[in-house]
Amino acid sequence: MATYILRRLGLAVVTLWLLSVIVFFAGQVLPGDPGRAILGPLAAQSAVHALDQQLGVDRPLLAQYWAWVTGLLHGNMGLSYQFRSPVAPFIGAALVNSVKLGALAFIIVVPLSILGGVVAALNYGRFPDRVISVTGLSATTVPEFVSGIVLIVIFGVELKWFPVSASAGAGASFGSQLDHLILPAIPLVLILFGYIARMARAGTIEALESDYARTATLKGLKRSVVIRRHILRNSLLPTITVIATQTGYLIGGLVVVETLFNYQGIGKLIFTAATAKDFPMLEAGVLTIGVVYMVATLIADVLYTVLNPRLRLGGTG
Amino acid sequence: MTAADTTAAPDAAGGTRPTVAVEHLDVTYRVRGQDRRALRDVSFQIGGGESYGLVGESGSGKSTVALALTRYLPRNGRVSAGTIRINGTDPLAMGNAALRDLRAHTVSMVYQEPGRALNPSIKVGRQVAEVYEIAGLGHAEALERAEGMLRKVQISDPHRVMERYPHELSGGMAQRAVIAMALAAEPSLLILDEPTTALDATVEAEVLDLVAELREEFATSVLFISHNLAVIAKMCDRVGVLYAGELIEEGPAREVFDRPRHPYTVGLLRCIPRRGQRKDHGRLDTIPGFLPTPGDEPKGCVFAPRCPIAEDQCRAAPPPAFPVGDGRTSRCYLNEQADDLPRNTPVNLEIPQVRDAERPVVRLERLSKTFGSRGEAVKALVGVDLSLERGETLGLVGESGSGKTTLARALLGLIPPDQGSVIDLDGGPLAPDARRRTRDELKALQIVFQNPDSALNRRHSVRRLISQPLSRLAGLSGARLRERLADLVRSVRMEDRQLGLRPSQLSGGLKQRVAIARAFAGGPRIVVCDEPTSALDVSVQAAILNLLVDLQAKEQVTYLFISHDLGLVRYLSDRIAVLYLGRIMEIGPAETVFAGPHHPYTEALLSAVPSLDGQRPDRIRLQGEIPSAANPPSGCVFHTRCPRKLSTGECESTEPPLREVAPGHLMSCHIPIDRLTVLQRVGQAP
Amino acid sequence: MSGVDLGSTTPAEAPEVTAAHAAMRRAMPPWRLLLRRPTFLAGAAILLFWVVCAIFGTLIAPHSPTAQQLLATNSPPSAAHWFGTDQLGRDVLSRVIVGSREILLIAVAATILGTLLGTALGLVMGYFGGVFDILIGRVVEAVLALPVAIVAFLFIVALGPSTVTLIVVIGLVFTPLIARTVRSAVLVESQLDYLSSARLLGEKPARIMAIEVLPNVLPVVLVEFTVRIGYAVFTVATLSFLGFGVQPPTPDWGADIAANYGVLPAGYWWETLFPALAIASLVVAVNLVTDSIEQVLSS
Repeated sequence: MATYILRRLGLAVVTLWLLSVIVFFAGQVLPGDPGRAILGPLAAQSAVHALDQQLGVDRPLLAQYWAWVTGLLHGNMGLSYQFRSPVAPFIGAALVNSVKLGALAFIIVVPLSILGGVVAALNYGRFPDRVISVTGLSATTVPEFVSGIVLIVIFGVELKWFPVSASAGAGASFGSQLDHLILPAIPLVLILFGYIARMARAGTIEALESDYARTATLKGLKRSVVIRRHILRNSLLPTITVIATQTGYLIGGLVVVETLFNYQGIGKLIFTAATAKDFPMLEAGVLTIGVVYMVATLIADVLYTVLNPRLRLGGTG
Repeated sequence: MTAADTTAAPDAAGGTRPTVAVEHLDVTYRVRGQDRRALRDVSFQIGGGESYGLVGESGSGKSTVALALTRYLPRNGRVSAGTIRINGTDPLAMGNAALRDLRAHTVSMVYQEPGRALNPSIKVGRQVAEVYEIAGLGHAEALERAEGMLRKVQISDPHRVMERYPHELSGGMAQRAVIAMALAAEPSLLILDEPTTALDATVEAEVLDLVAELREEFATSVLFISHNLAVIAKMCDRVGVLYAGELIEEGPAREVFDRPRHPYTVGLLRCIPRRGQRKDHGRLDTIPGFLPTPGDEPKGCVFAPRCPIAEDQCRAAPPPAFPVGDGRTSRCYLNEQADDLPRNTPVNLEIPQVRDAERPVVRLERLSKTFGSRGEAVKALVGVDLSLERGETLGLVGESGSGKTTLARALLGLIPPDQGSVIDLDGGPLAPDARRRTRDELKALQIVFQNPDSALNRRHSVRRLISQPLSRLAGLSGARLRERLADLVRSVRMEDRQLGLRPSQLSGGLKQRVAIARAFAGGPRIVVCDEPTSALDVSVQAAILNLLVDLQAKEQVTYLFISHDLGLVRYLSDRIAVLYLGRIMEIGPAETVFAGPHHPYTEALLSAVPSLDGQRPDRIRLQGEIPSAANPPSGCVFHTRCPRKLSTGECESTEPPLREVAPGHLMSCHIPIDRLTVLQRVGQAP
Repeated sequence: MSGVDLGSTTPAEAPEVTAAHAAMRRAMPPWRLLLRRPTFLAGAAILLFWVVCAIFGTLIAPHSPTAQQLLATNSPPSAAHWFGTDQLGRDVLSRVIVGSREILLIAVAATILGTLLGTALGLVMGYFGGVFDILIGRVVEAVLALPVAIVAFLFIVALGPSTVTLIVVIGLVFTPLIARTVRSAVLVESQLDYLSSARLLGEKPARIMAIEVLPNVLPVVLVEFTVRIGYAVFTVATLSFLGFGVQPPTPDWGADIAANYGVLPAGYWWETLFPALAIASLVVAVNLVTDSIEQVLSS
């Protein structure tokens, strides 16, 4: 198993490197002169030229790429065009905020969707199953801003149960922060629920129809024991991988939700960077979420291997 | 002719309450809003300590009986009539708690695929111990008892196996563990549903012997369900024959198989080669017609549409169960005439004129195939030398890991063999990759696969499936193609109207006929038959085999016939080759290989396979499991299990060469042939 | 006396019945089975409604969607304007009706593009395997490390939003996703013997992929197609909301929401809620249809 983890890590590093290449060279396609963008349209051409040289814009592409990558490894993400200051602190702060929002969404959605999936499977073909399946499916594909709007209108504006903005303000208490984050978390929960519930459902159905479930029942065990002891550990195994890969959808949702609720997370950061054509910020942001996603998938793969006896120990004896 | 009252029929245990009493059982499934009866008026009893066999083909309902007994019918199934009593109690009327009790202590089941019957995420020991915990024992004690039980099922290192996960066990070991779980509860009734179908012959023999021993020790009643008549004959005291949901004949096993009293049983037994029957002796008989579709409700006898002696009374009303002897019944108005059932297929058979041993049509030399690399190399084939003579049928026999499938695929060019392997066709070398072979070379070598569901593209029509090789290999088109298509369809005994159908709309036998038509479309010279009838019902097998023999005579082709069924191999083959772990152990004329003297492995294989015609008294029991091909034993690869291993140590150190011990008979064994003749008591009455 | 249902630890069907069941199912063609499902009918009806709106919108709409009435801005739903008017006095109902055109056009075109490319790629990856598969697989993995919406978003930012760009970018972004699914299906087929049979007939790989494999993975492709249409609608709407989709003054649901959600706290809910509900209804309808197709094809 150790070899598997090492191999997987190696693959992750390769993919990460590929990602950095893609991001960097994609960034080169984007129009605009960095020096001009930083100093603004009124600055003198000579000053722009000097800054460009300082930034190394005229050096060969590969050299620029190398400089960028080594810079990244030292925590230097370049200079933001918008703010004329280092990108890294912005990314850091935004990441923390997004993690808070994302974590809240996860804490709500994971138990809820697993429960939903298992209940649906236990009632296969019957009414509870159809309701959970169709609802889950629909919830997954309704865009976050749509559900967000509906929620804002109903709970924020009309009923006034929750604040409409996601930011509690500097130094707010934990409870207050939570209060502000609930409304934005719900669209994320809806997006993730359907997919996780579906995997949990599929895994549970497969376990229920398996030969070993039959063996367990025919041993004379109670149904609840069969489910608890024999079925769940097999059905939830594939679900674990799915949960980690959902980070992808989560991040995509963050862009929209943070914009809608005006929350200074990494999604909003990327969005504003894109609209403002602040390419260093944009590249750094995109790379960061790429890293986050790959770390999540790596954890999921390793977790799956550790938990699955077939993979942990290898082939037949 | 009065109907027999089953409750008055004597049971084997002689008067005491039977363990199982099923009376007039009807089981119905609801499919798409329609009711279909899967079991109709089934009645039988199993006495204490008795072994009862339930035999039938697909659609007979035999699995449904087991499901009904344990009350594990699927959601759309129900018992619509009749009663079941197990140890006097009625499982259908019980509450949930009583039902769990019944399953925990009274009835146990063993199913077909042992690997899947065990939970892949829980250690084997825990799963066996669970049975004891249900009986009320504490955790530690349950584990101890589990280990003891594993030892009882002849697992040699039970402590180690307890710590393993199911996927780490071989098929035989896993099935032993499942049997251990089943018997741990010391049930009154043990139900076995095709328990050895997925196992190799030698492993199957061990498991069956184990079941027989344990049954005696625990005095458990056994319900043994199988489609394999020979296994039932070996394991059961009494047998019931199921056809289309009805129990059409019942009685002591030996008597039913030697003197059947129902036309279906008679026909079924004639489909199987008996007593060393060979193709020279004549064709296998077949049963006309098709198995009825589930849910058909015939007015009269369920077998009447296919019965050659059916009369009006047979079609008018279903026959009751007539007593036809001591403890025997038969659901046939004409049961007295059953034995004289006229043949459906003429006996005479045209055998192809063989052979020109000087110029073999295919020659394999030093054929080897290694999968994987370096430390994990698996040697599937090692230095195989083989030749096929024109017009002959060479039977290829071997268990799993023998390499027989690899050999077939390498010959066809589907798998590239190792460097140095030689494949010759008519004296000229064949490219190892099918993609580089000429059209003529591809035409010459074709294959009939085991599983027609996998071998036929389910999206193509029959017409398209057969036309494809006609145009690609035979180069035909237009009217000539259509003519040849019609010819082919006739020669595999199909009808024109079936041309427009897709494989999913055909029965197993019909699908295999399509596969055979495809193989013969290009006018091949050699056809590899890879277990061509293993996926088919017994009554269908005979028709396909007859077809293969007929085609061979008509088209003068050579067959490489691969099968695990020794009876079929003996029937069809002129010569036989025995493979073990990728090496040829023995090759020679069929009769000589079967009669002896033969290789110790062949000897063990032959003695392991159950036969309908009674058991040999001196069973050779092979110890251990088939070794892994990744780590083969040194010297002669069979020495780890060989009961006749020489004490000189030669068998462990040197691999014996394949050498001729008699004209045309080659063997790879250190023991001289004369010694083997004495040891195996060849020529003496068994 | 009836058997008792012990809840869902019992199997769905016994072996003997499965064969009969299969025979019965084969008798009814898939589309007939579809028409009997209420979820399919509901979804198809809504879908049909929006398609009609997309095609005939300008004829159906009560007012011109771009006509501004600066004296009647932000007016709530009334008899004259069923859905009220927005910040520029435009009739929300008309904008909702006509807004279906762009989103459906782009979503469907992009999905068709992605499906064609993705199927071809998946077939080749799955059939040939080997180095080719591993290499492309790594690149696909790297690209998929970024959420689809973000990748699309980035490309649009770079290239500038226009109908064609949107179709091409979304289509290309979907290609690896669809390829992955098709590849898995092809791998399953490659275990079966009919491919070996085809090789033994001397068939060339291109023919084998097109004639032998493709018909068998077509159901998978069809399901992927319908699923992706849902995601395409999702993506176009999201991009429009972020300002990188359909550009004003063309009526578009996502863009309208983006333009008008600022005044939401002021209580002008109709300007954003109705477009939002339109998106939701379209997406749900597509999903109901997809779900039904999946159920029918998998049985």
